[in-house]
Amino acid sequence: MATARFWRENPSRYNLAASRCDNCGKVFFPPRAVCSACHRKSIGKMTSLKLKGTGEVHSYTLVHEAPAQLEMLKPYVVAIVKMDEGVMLTSQLIDCDPKKVEIGMRVKTTLRKLGEDGPAGVIWYGYKFMPEDQV
Amino acid sequence: MREVAVIGVGDTKFGELWDLSFRDIGIQAGLAAVYDANLAAEEIDALYVGNMSAGRFIEQEHVAALIADYSGLARDHIPATRIEAAGASGGLAVRQGYLAVASGMHDIVVVGGAEKMTDVGDVMASAIQSMAADQQWECVFGATFPALHAMIARRHMHEFGTTREQIAAVAVKNHKHGSMNPKAQFQREINIDTVLRSAPVAEPLTMFDCAPSSDGAAAVVLCAMEKARKYTDKPIRILGSGQASDTLALHDRDSICSFTATRVAAQKAFKQASLEAKDVQVAEVHDNFTISEILAIEDLGFAKKGEGGRLTAEGQTAIGGKVAVNTSGGLKARGDPIGATGVAQIVELVTQLRGTAGKRQVAGAKVGLAQNVGGTGATSVVHILGVA
Repeated sequence: MATARFWRENPSRYNLAASRCDNCGKVFFPPRAVCSACHRKSIGKMTSLKLKGTGEVHSYTLVHEAPAQLEMLKPYVVAIVKMDEGVMLTSQLIDCDPKKVEIGMRVKTTLRKLGEDGPAGVIWYGYKFMPEDQV
Repeated sequence: MREVAVIGVGDTKFGELWDLSFRDIGIQAGLAAVYDANLAAEEIDALYVGNMSAGRFIEQEHVAALIADYSGLARDHIPATRIEAAGASGGLAVRQGYLAVASGMHDIVVVGGAEKMTDVGDVMASAIQSMAADQQWECVFGATFPALHAMIARRHMHEFGTTREQIAAVAVKNHKHGSMNPKAQFQREINIDTVLRSAPVAEPLTMFDCAPSSDGAAAVVLCAMEKARKYTDKPIRILGSGQASDTLALHDRDSICSFTATRVAAQKAFKQASLEAKDVQVAEVHDNFTISEILAIEDLGFAKKGEGGRLTAEGQTAIGGKVAVNTSGGLKARGDPIGATGVAQIVELVTQLRGTAGKRQVAGAKVGLAQNVGGTGATSVVHILGVA
């Protein structure tokens, strides 16, 4: 993959850049140009927003069959997290016992390495989740 | 809009067809369908081919022209179009063919679907399948295609009390149906323990909750109803066709326990057919994972939301039950050569409605429904077929 792609994606991956429709209040991640509920009424009313990074587990799984990139990590937990702003995100849930993960559990984002473009390529970083009370 | 009939069907065996190429299976299915329809090559107006990812699986794009060429149609110069909507590629190809005939643009159209998945290894095949999900905001973060469905299953269990055993019952039923289909990839019966004790893929789902990687092709011939009886005494009518889309990423839905695209596509198809779920005797639904069939029968209206698991465990969706679901064995046991699957569903329905399904025949089948899904429900295509 070309380096440019990662530069484009960094604002949301690193800083949780999102957008909110000021017509209805719905939050989108990553930022969208148009609100799917308000359509035309949202034009010019999509404002930038940075997610706080906290939320609760909506669902989760322990992945045993991993893509080649993540072979060394398996088994690992992937969760869909409902952020406090209402929008949902998908990523790994780390730094906790997979057996103790449950729906409703409070989590927060943390910046981690997600993968790399082969041994000499770009390393890409982004958010993963960890228990909220973990330091 | 003109009435449209299916006048011919053909398919290959599904499985690890190591001695056959993409071209071989595409032609095998296509020629079988054309032969079944008693058709001369010159009568074919157009070809549609459902295929998800030949570029990644066999490093060959431009496969519609390829299939037309190797089917002996190069000198007829017919329009040949490839359709892609991930897992729904086949169903969508059928719909495009249907629209072309219904509109009056074409009289006779061949719709094929094909995928050759075993020319790459398991890990690569899984990676390619995951491309149906959102690469940028799901897969890069470690979500695999099975992982996304595992999270649907977990949430369904949480919200509705669906049990692990009820989910496994889908695989048991579909393997039983597959045991009666000589073209199925898996023709051996399993039990609940087989599913629960097999290797975990993404918890709570195990290997036996997942459809396999498969090679295979299927084809149907569509014809304007007014001309259909020239070719067959038993044309099968397409009563309704619906298609809908939704967010690409699962996490952008209001609920991850329902595919709204399926509900919308089904509403459209049922409305066109002037029928309801209770009028359907046989259905082929998109069970790429066991949990997917539970969502499907709920979203299609065969079960109330949250009761799909119970209904399945009670045997109400088996042959002989309230509605026979996945009589072919479904994606789970018949196999899932991605682009072929949606077309193979129509082949099975036509076989059932003609009354030629042999051991797995649903007695008195008059109306059949096919539901074909792309990704985690970002595309859904529903067709309703009936005895003409």
